[in-house]
This record gives sequence, structure tokens and C-alpha cells, in this order.
Amino acid sequence: MPETTVNNIDRLIILATQAGLPVTREPYHDIALRTGLDQDTVMERMKMMLERGVIRRIGVVPNHYRLGYRANGMSVWDVRDDRIDELGKKIGALEYVSHCYHRPRYLPEWPYNLFAMVHGRDRESTEQHVKQIAGLLGDAARGYDILYSTRILKKTGLRI
Amino acid sequence: MMNDLDRRIINHLQDGMPVCERPFATVAEQLNITEDRLIGRVQALLDDGTLSRFGPLYDVEKIGGIYSLVAMQVSREDIDNVISVINSYPEVAHNYERDHEFNLWFVVALDTTERLPSLLTDIEDRTGYRVYNMPKLDEYYVGLKFHA
Repeated sequence: MPETTVNNIDRLIILATQAGLPVTREPYHDIALRTGLDQDTVMERMKMMLERGVIRRIGVVPNHYRLGYRANGMSVWDVRDDRIDELGKKIGALEYVSHCYHRPRYLPEWPYNLFAMVHGRDRESTEQHVKQIAGLLGDAARGYDILYSTRILKKTGLRI
Repeated sequence: MMNDLDRRIINHLQDGMPVCERPFATVAEQLNITEDRLIGRVQALLDDGTLSRFGPLYDVEKIGGIYSLVAMQVSREDIDNVISVINSYPEVAHNYERDHEFNLWFVVALDTTERLPSLLTDIEDRTGYRVYNMPKLDEYYVGLKFHA
């Protein structure tokens, strides 16, 4: 079960920071002013949320297209259910895989249960990566596909 | 264009930033630049779209909420309408078009899990297309870093 141990102070901070932190000398002071809390409370609660994993990290998120990763393929695999945990971990550990998940199939139109986001500077390198994954999965994978994004239609952060 | 300093800043700040009174001052010292120069570069990289955000990344599931990946197969002639319906929901965080029969892929982020079914039904009713809800059953890896 997911932990839901954020209190009302945390919620105030989450609401004030979910769109980002101000890029100023004292960003936590600015959040304190915005929420009516004092700076020490803001910092203390945010440290606590970091420790508990409510905040994965505080930092920057680059637009990976702008860093030159133009061929971003969602590789999807039909993997034998009895081997998916073992193989999913292995695929997730590859350096060019940014996200790796087990998801449900919808038969017959969607047979794929393992999703691995693969990033390359061009389609050739992304396809090389995918071939390597195919090799690792061997005959535990009955089929696969790569879905390239053609348009980003929306990209915003979390809003609660 | 990004220069070497920008790359160093991006690589460094993807690893995280301390929670303290003057976090940019701390990081600037490690990068051997001034606090104001660092603040100026981060703002410039946000303004020109090299960075898509700066701040805390929350794990919505730890707050009792849910993320789900949702796919749709929509015909060419309807796609613009369906996109505008999907994008109208503030709960839709990302939406991508992909070159596949399943051509729309979006991520829904909700603060409570109970609201997901009604939101998806609402999208089906408004668009006339089936939605395929593909929540994660297991997470094997979530990487947060791209080398600049």
C-alpha cells in the first residue's frame, strides 16, 4: 500500500511547489512567504518528504529533445508472465532505458506487457539498443514493437 | 546554444540540489561560479526550453494518488478533436502522438485513485473512442537523468 502520510503542511508546500521552485537566491524563503509558513518549517518538511520518497529529488528536468536525444522510442514487448519480473529488472538496468514497467495486455489488439523507454540521438542508435534488448529477452519475448513519438501534445508537471 | 558551463549545470542539477537557505550559492561554489551567474543560467535555460522544469519532483503515489498511462486508437479525421478533449483535463500531465495504430498516449495524474474510472469514462463519452488504461503493475526502473 502506498504511504499517504503527508500532513496539511506538506500539502500546502506541495501545492506551492508542484509547478516548480522560484529561481532566486532564497527559494525556500519565497515558498515560506507564499504559504505563510516559516522558512525552517518549509525546509524541514521538504527534507522529510525527500527522505520518505514523496519527493524523488529536487533539481532540474531537461527537455531531452533539446539535449540531442531525438529518437525516443517506447519499446513494448510481449514477455512470458513467469519471467517478466526477472527480465524487467534486467532491461531496466540498461543505461539507455529511462523507464521500465510491467503493464496490462489487452488481447488481441495489445499483446505487450513490458514497456521500456529507449533513448538515442538518432533512430539507428535507438534501434541498435532495441536489438540488444531483443537479444537479452531471447525466446521469453514473443514479439515487440517500437513506438516513436511524432508530436508532444502536452507536457506539464503534476497538478494536484 | 548550450555551452560547457550549461552542460555542467544541467548534469549537476539533475542529481539534486540541497535544501538550505541559499541552495544556488552551495551549488555555485561546487561549480566554481558565482551564485548570481548560476541563477541567471538556470533561468535562461528554462526560458529557452532546454530545461522543462526546476524544483521538486513529487511521487504522486506516495501522496495517495495515481499515475496511469492511457492509450487510444483514433482515426486521422478525429484526432484533433480528441486531442483537444484530452488536453482540456488538468489531470492529463503528458500527451504524446505516436506512429502506431495506438496513436495517442497520455498520462493521467490524480490525487486519489478513486477518480480514475470516472475520468476515463468521461473521456470515452466525450470522444466516442475506447480508452485503454495501462497502469503500471510493476516498476522496474525510473531513471531521472539525461547526460547533457
